[in-house]
This record gives sequence, C-alpha cells and structure tokens, in this order.
Amino acid sequence: MKRASRIGLGAYVAAARGTLVVQPRMGMGDPAAMAAAVRAVAALPARTAATITLDSYTRVGDHRGARRALAAGERLNGFPLVAHGPAVTARVADPAGPGVPVQVRHGSARPGRIFATMATAGLCDTEGGPVSYCLPYGRIPLAESVACWAEATEELAAACAAQGLRAHLETFGGCLLGQLSPPSLLVAMSVLEALFFARHGITSVSLSYAQQTDAVQDVEALAALRHLAGELLPAGLDWHVVLYTYMGVYPRTAPGAWRLLGDSAEIAVSGGAERLIVKTVAEAHRIATVGENLAALVHASRTAERAYRHCALPRIGQVDYAQVLDEARALIEAVLGLADDVGRGLLRAFAGGLLDVPFCLHRDNRGLTRGTIDAGGRLVWAKTGRLPLPASARPRIHRMTSTDLLSLLSHVADRQDGRGR
Amino acid sequence: MRHHRRILLSTVSSDAHTWNLVYLQMLLEEHGCTVTNLGPCVPDDVLVRAAREEQPDAIVISSVNGHGHIDGARVMRALRRDPGTRHLPAVIGGKLGIGGTADEDHAAALLAAGFDVVFPDSADAAALPEILDGLAAGSAREAVLAGGAR
Repeated sequence: MKRASRIGLGAYVAAARGTLVVQPRMGMGDPAAMAAAVRAVAALPARTAATITLDSYTRVGDHRGARRALAAGERLNGFPLVAHGPAVTARVADPAGPGVPVQVRHGSARPGRIFATMATAGLCDTEGGPVSYCLPYGRIPLAESVACWAEATEELAAACAAQGLRAHLETFGGCLLGQLSPPSLLVAMSVLEALFFARHGITSVSLSYAQQTDAVQDVEALAALRHLAGELLPAGLDWHVVLYTYMGVYPRTAPGAWRLLGDSAEIAVSGGAERLIVKTVAEAHRIATVGENLAALVHASRTAERAYRHCALPRIGQVDYAQVLDEARALIEAVLGLADDVGRGLLRAFAGGLLDVPFCLHRDNRGLTRGTIDAGGRLVWAKTGRLPLPASARPRIHRMTSTDLLSLLSHVADRQDGRGR
Repeated sequence: MRHHRRILLSTVSSDAHTWNLVYLQMLLEEHGCTVTNLGPCVPDDVLVRAAREEQPDAIVISSVNGHGHIDGARVMRALRRDPGTRHLPAVIGGKLGIGGTADEDHAAALLAAGFDVVFPDSADAAALPEILDGLAAGSAREAVLAGGAR
C-alpha cells in the first residue's frame, strides 16, 4: 500500500506549543463522505487534528452487522473501519495530508482488530483504555478487557514501529460516564490508563479530562492531572493533556451550546491543556453535520486564541488544587500498591471497591459510590463507598430520586440554556 | 402503579449508553416495580434468554444511539418468533434514528416488528409507568396514539 508518512498526534501537538489543537469527533459510514470530512477539517484555518470516529457495530465487534447495514444502504453513526478494511481506510485518511494527524476514535473493549486494521492503513493515533472502554460501555468482564487491551496495545506499538511510525494512545479515563464522576476519580483513571499504555510499549500518550460542572474546579483538576503525570509517568514518555468539551446532557439552545464550547476552550487554555475535543450545537439533537463540526472547531480555536491573551479564569499556577490532587493520588497509590502490574492492580481495585465508578451498571463495578452537585455548582462525592479517599473528601449523603438524577444530569445544560441555577 | 410489576429493562446490541437505563430503573422502582437492568450493548440472544427465563410483566427497551430502529426491530422479531417470549408486552423508546424528529417514521416499522408501544424522542419518559399500566389493562393501541408515535 502506497502512502505518504503522516505526522503523529504527539509530535503535532508538541510542535503546536502555544496554540490549542482542536479536534472533532465526527464519523460517517460512507468512505467518500468520511474522506471529505477529513479533508475539510485538515483545511481549516485553525490548528486541527482530524478524526475518524467508528460506528457502534464496529465498536462491539459486530463487523458482519456493519457490512449488512452498509449493503442495505442504512446510515451508520460512524465509519466501519474493519468492514471497509485497511485500503479504504488509508484512502479516507489521505486527504489530511502529511502535516495533519488523523486519530481513530472507537469505544471498543476488544480493540485488537481495529488497531490491526488501522495500523495496516498507516494510522497510529487512537484512544480508549482497558477500564474506560469496558465499564461504562461494554458488558465483557473487566479482566477480559484488560487482557485484550494489553495484547492490542503491544501489537499496535509493534505494528507502528515496524513502519517507522510511533503509536499514540489517548486515555478515555478522564471521561468515564461523562458526568457525575468527581474530578479526582477522572484524574486518577486517566493517569492509571496512561501508566497501563506505557507498561505495554506505548511511548507517546495523552491524558484526557472531560469538562464538568464548574470551570475553576476543572482548572484545578487539570493542574492535578499535569502534576501527577509529571510525577508518575516514566521518564522519556511523550505526553500531553487533552480536554473534552462537556460530555453530558448538552444545552438545547444554540447560544447555550456555543457558550459551553467557549467555556471549554477557556478551561483548556487556563488549565494548560494542549488539545481540545469539541462538541457542536447539534449535540443535544442529533449527530452533527460536517459544517457544524467545522464551525465548532473555528469557534473553539478563536476563543482559545483570545484566552491565551486574556481570560477571566484563574491560570493553572493560580489555583489551589490540593484537594483534587490528594484524592487522585490516594486512589492511584492504592491501585499501584495492589500489584506490580498496573492491569492486575486495576482488577483488584475494582473487585475490592477501591475504584468504583458512580452510576456504572457493569457487574465488575461495585456501585457503592455516587457523585452529586453541591450548592455552589461543584461536582462532589455523595457516597464514597470503599474508595480510599482522604477525610477531606467528605461525602454528602442524601437520598436521590429519579427526578433528582434528571436535574443533576441536566444541570449544566439548564444553566447554559438560561434555566435553573 | 397498582400492582407490583416485574420489568426487564434493556437496550439494543449496539447501544453503549446507560444514563437512560440508570434513570428508568430509578423511575420504575419508585413506582413499585422490580427491575432487572441488563445494562449496555445487550446482544439479542441475551435479551431473549433473559425474557424467557424471567417472564417479566413487560420488556422495556431504551436506545439513544440512533441504531434503535434497526436493532430494536430485529430483536423484537426474535422475541416474537420465540414461543417462550412471543406473548410478553414490549415497549421501546429513545432516540431511535439519527435524523432527529424526522425519525418518527421509524415508529410504524417498530410497531410492525411487534412492539406494543413506541415512545418517540419527544415523549416524556416519566409517563412510562402510566403507559405500562395501560399496557397491563390491554389498552396498548391507545397508549401508542397518546404517545404521538403515529
């Protein structure tokens, strides 16, 4: 297969220093449409990374289902990379050109075939994690996900190295269910998944964190994430931080959606994140068009440019992030203390409830924790279960009804839409 | 809800979303139901087996990833084919296609596949317990019409 060598995500972000790299989430089933979207993102007058987001059949490994849907002319919610195969995938990524990275976003707990196919297509940038793509999204046992991810990660690193390329993996651990997981758990999961990737041969990683309910709290979390990454990741590992624009229930009004996106760009800049993955005005209603994605990228990039010069938010060096740092460190140290191997440590931690994702239905998650939003709008622990948190975590136990849950889930959307507190 | 009711709560095979399932479980439990929550990405055979074994008073399927009209119709046909599950009342709701409000056309196809009630995205999920009451009383078609699915 003939192809020009493309810059990797890690190198691209390093070269962009001082400019926020912005990236969409888009994916479509038709190769021509996907290629046109990649071309349009790469051509924008902003520092963009292109994305190929996979469809949900491919994510669960149902490649036959993806092929059937393609044959029947059904519209898929992403690009079926394995069903299309490496030759088509390489052609779809080509329009990005050699200077813009193309990341594959997938959501799979068994990523082996996706990684093998993308590597054959010359694509070496992807994301996920043994916990974050299993617990919230899958039903396969956590032990199986950890084993699949260990093997697939090593194979990806080797397949890319064999072509003279460097694999890059981004953790999804900084998102988990998208909302109501307090920041310290997100920071801890992101660091732990980055350690897992490094343990399995990856030399370039990014650590994710998803925007939550309070901008200053998010800057504190990003400060803690950088602090712990600098302290705990192996020397020589290339790493950067990526912020996700809010991943929960999105504002329904256009002004609310634009405001939330703009806020995330400011948080990224103030918190020292190098890259931002955006959401669009269509988020609350349907899958966004290419045009809506491009508009979101331009808006985020311009807002970030302004924020580098002036921003009302405190900068990473101006916030007191001791509490989120202490909590995240306690969680990470507890896991690393359980086994020499971080994968085994993760399994033991979840079995014992030392890691426990609020509202997660997976049977390998204890389900003893809950997050809530305090009167000041910060995301806090309602129940800490068996998490080994310092006393400062102080859970606010209260009864939660389905109506309460709905209002917590829509807190951010309601505020941006001009409703609620 | 007058009687203690057992609900089998599920999503479709390709759908990884769970907040809808967490919310519906809380809502149904508050209305006195006992809920078995199958979680995300439920393969067809897992749902059919669970339905056969549990014989719930109703099957509630919630999907928001846009593939619900495809996967929901397929698993419903499997449920209606199986002699152990064909009699069970079944409801589906959520974002069932990827085209927003234009997707309400999918409701007719889902009803044809065997669902008793289809909730479009515009419907209020909090009405579910009442719809299930109606279903138990045998007024399913009225419930569909009230849901605005046609």
